[in-house]
Amino acid sequence: MSHLTDFQTFVLLSILKIVVVLVITLTAVAYTVLLERKVLGRMQNRWGPSRVGPFGLLQPLADGIKLFLKEDLMPMASERPLFIIAPIVALTCALVSIAVVPFGAVKHIDGVDMFAISDINIGLLVILGITSIGVYGIALSGWSSNNKFALLGSLRATSQVISYELALGLSLVGVVLRSGSLRLRDIVATQSTHGLLSWNIFGGFQIVAFFIYLMAAYAETNRAPFDLPEAESELVAGYHTEYSSMKFAMFFMAEYANMITVACVATLLFFGGPSSPLGNLLPADFGGPILSAIFPVLWFVAKVFAFLLLYIWVRATLPRFRYDQLMSFGWKFLLPVAILNIIATSLVLALKG
Amino acid sequence: MQLALFIIFGLLAVAGAVNFLLQRHPINSALSLVVVMMSLAVLYWSLGAEFLAAAQVIVYSGAIMVLFVFVVMLLNAGEEERTHGSRAAYIAGFPGAAAIFCLLSFVFLTNGKAFGSTDLTSHLTHAVNNIAEISQVLFKDLLLPFEVTSILILVAILGAVVLARKEQ
Repeated sequence: MSHLTDFQTFVLLSILKIVVVLVITLTAVAYTVLLERKVLGRMQNRWGPSRVGPFGLLQPLADGIKLFLKEDLMPMASERPLFIIAPIVALTCALVSIAVVPFGAVKHIDGVDMFAISDINIGLLVILGITSIGVYGIALSGWSSNNKFALLGSLRATSQVISYELALGLSLVGVVLRSGSLRLRDIVATQSTHGLLSWNIFGGFQIVAFFIYLMAAYAETNRAPFDLPEAESELVAGYHTEYSSMKFAMFFMAEYANMITVACVATLLFFGGPSSPLGNLLPADFGGPILSAIFPVLWFVAKVFAFLLLYIWVRATLPRFRYDQLMSFGWKFLLPVAILNIIATSLVLALKG
Repeated sequence: MQLALFIIFGLLAVAGAVNFLLQRHPINSALSLVVVMMSLAVLYWSLGAEFLAAAQVIVYSGAIMVLFVFVVMLLNAGEEERTHGSRAAYIAGFPGAAAIFCLLSFVFLTNGKAFGSTDLTSHLTHAVNNIAEISQVLFKDLLLPFEVTSILILVAILGAVVLARKEQ
């Protein structure tokens, strides 16, 4: 590509990466919904969707068409502009944070990183920041619907997300201390030296931090057992009670996209990201130049998939918390344990030199 | 690139600030303040201060403004009534604001060189690790003031808890 300047190459390749990643993420969102329905069904001893296409594989398509064609209801008493902005904010924030996730090994072509949309030195902080902005989508949707169930749901969601954001952020400090960097590539690199043994959850002794992160992440994404904001038995459907058609679909997609983001972050921070669990048992150029570039992506996808399965398994297993239990669990248990984990990790690191 | 970012987000910040003043509903004002803070974060980032940008987004737009919006939602604050304002504000306010603006731009334009300049090249090309430098200053050179400040904030939090606690 010699007839293009560096800047033009950068822009073109970036747009290409964004389009590819966005299409893959949205497909993954659609099929995560199907996966959840299938796996939940099997765990509850029923079939799940099985009519549309072989094994129900075309069900997401049918759902998409259905949601597109539904009438878009707009409640009379709603705050019109905010009612429309809220689902857009929720979905945008859910999708944007994928931009800093490195999903493959470091491979530069024409000076452009091929397996991450952008590799920035505060990647972790960017993900935390975007997550904290995503709260607005939920808060505004409940308030602008002018419906008491929606408002209660969004108040619950907002306070839950704000409370668990602290534990989530603090649980990541141990990982950052170990690698000494906020760049996600560096965090992966510190874990990829000896395969499975150097992952933060095993070799890094961050297993406590991992469990804090896992629980806080379930609360952040409003998933079972912390799905109080949309508790059907109490609040109709929570903050998206008044939403229909594509606006509802945007909230739905945002929830699943958030799940995928959280699974990506857990993979990167605790499970070595795209690095192989076998470490140096396999040579670095195993399978030729193309296969060796694809294997890390496959490892990454496999780890994210395992997390999504765990999400669904937990939803099928655990009952919903009560609201006061949720709050006291977050503030009185997760937060102190996270602080203790930071102290222990920094003491060990200081003693080791 | 830098200039384009500055123009876009500078204009967005100004538009957000004006909208903040003109909106009558508190929640709309709060949201335009969020827009201002996010645009300021982008401006910080384009100056090579990426940690400051992230802190601005996480702390101001992610935590403080969410609490503002939360309180507005809980109190169910209605729309404000538009009044003509006091006569004194018109007589003193507009000339005063214009005078301060003129004074500031005069000082900056005449004595701009005396302020000196900083070379941002190493920050923009990531030759210097910003976060390492900030933590060096914060946790080594200025450790005592930093810790004293955090204790000060803790005292403020305790004071708020004492004030808000119900009488037994």
